[in-house]
Amino acid sequence: MVPCQMSVTRSPQLTLGVQRFVSATEPKPLASTVVRDDEAQLVSAAKAGDVSAFEELVNRYERKIFRLGMNITQNREDAEDVMQDAFLKSYQNLDRFQGDSRFYTWLVRIAVNEALMKLRKRRPNQVSLDEPLTDGEDPIFREIEDWGPSPEKKFAQTELNEILTQVIGELDPIFRVVFLLRDVEGISTEETAQILGISVPAVKSRLLRARLKLRQRLNKHFRRSETQ
Amino acid sequence: MNCKKVILELTSYLDGVLDSSMRIDLEEHLAGCTDCRIVVDTTRKTIQIFCNSEAVPLPDDVRNRLHTALLDRFRRNSKTI
Repeated sequence: MVPCQMSVTRSPQLTLGVQRFVSATEPKPLASTVVRDDEAQLVSAAKAGDVSAFEELVNRYERKIFRLGMNITQNREDAEDVMQDAFLKSYQNLDRFQGDSRFYTWLVRIAVNEALMKLRKRRPNQVSLDEPLTDGEDPIFREIEDWGPSPEKKFAQTELNEILTQVIGELDPIFRVVFLLRDVEGISTEETAQILGISVPAVKSRLLRARLKLRQRLNKHFRRSETQ
Repeated sequence: MNCKKVILELTSYLDGVLDSSMRIDLEEHLAGCTDCRIVVDTTRKTIQIFCNSEAVPLPDDVRNRLHTALLDRFRRNSKTI
């Protein structure tokens, strides 16, 4: 299964000099696996001083970076800081971007680092990507109950969003970030390892545990006995 | 294949990167093991539900502040050239 095959919706264009804003109703996010062909060209132009090329990159990725910041930090103000810092730092350090990865991957790496710093400030000594994986909780083979074909349809959209926000927020950041990068943003295992500075087997292991933990936590909402 | 092995290979199976002989073994196990089938199905649904959830909206005021900050940075950079 390819993670998160979402509908592709082109972002509204915005020119910094003449500011137009998106409507309150957001389109579905861009499929993160979709990279438009001209990204490298835009980066080259931005490096050469073409501000409008950098604007295009911002327009393209601002929603995704804000969503990532929200999902990691679970806090709107922190997510705003994460997004601003990620774009400002990427612009400031564009000359250092060597092009050996996608620009988006590089941007995500900056954003993830900023988001984790926010979490560390909030919870010092509790957020480390090097924490041991054993947390005394075994999410496997606990509460095995069928959910039925479309358990999410039992809930209104706002209620479902609250449930998802709650369960992802309960996940330890070391699992949450891997799940978000792999399954929500659709970033490859190798790129996720590169972004987080951990090994590929560590990404796979954490992804497995993240998925199972989320499954277990959603179980109480989605099991047939709860939703019928 | 036993239940423990199914769990260990779950991520590769769901991502479609399990080699074919292992996938066949795993699916044979699923055909006869209700518990594993439920774990696989509900884990797959977990991923789908998160993927299909509504996008976090980017509030206008947040976007406005981002673009103001960038514009300011562009202007400062152009003055230093």
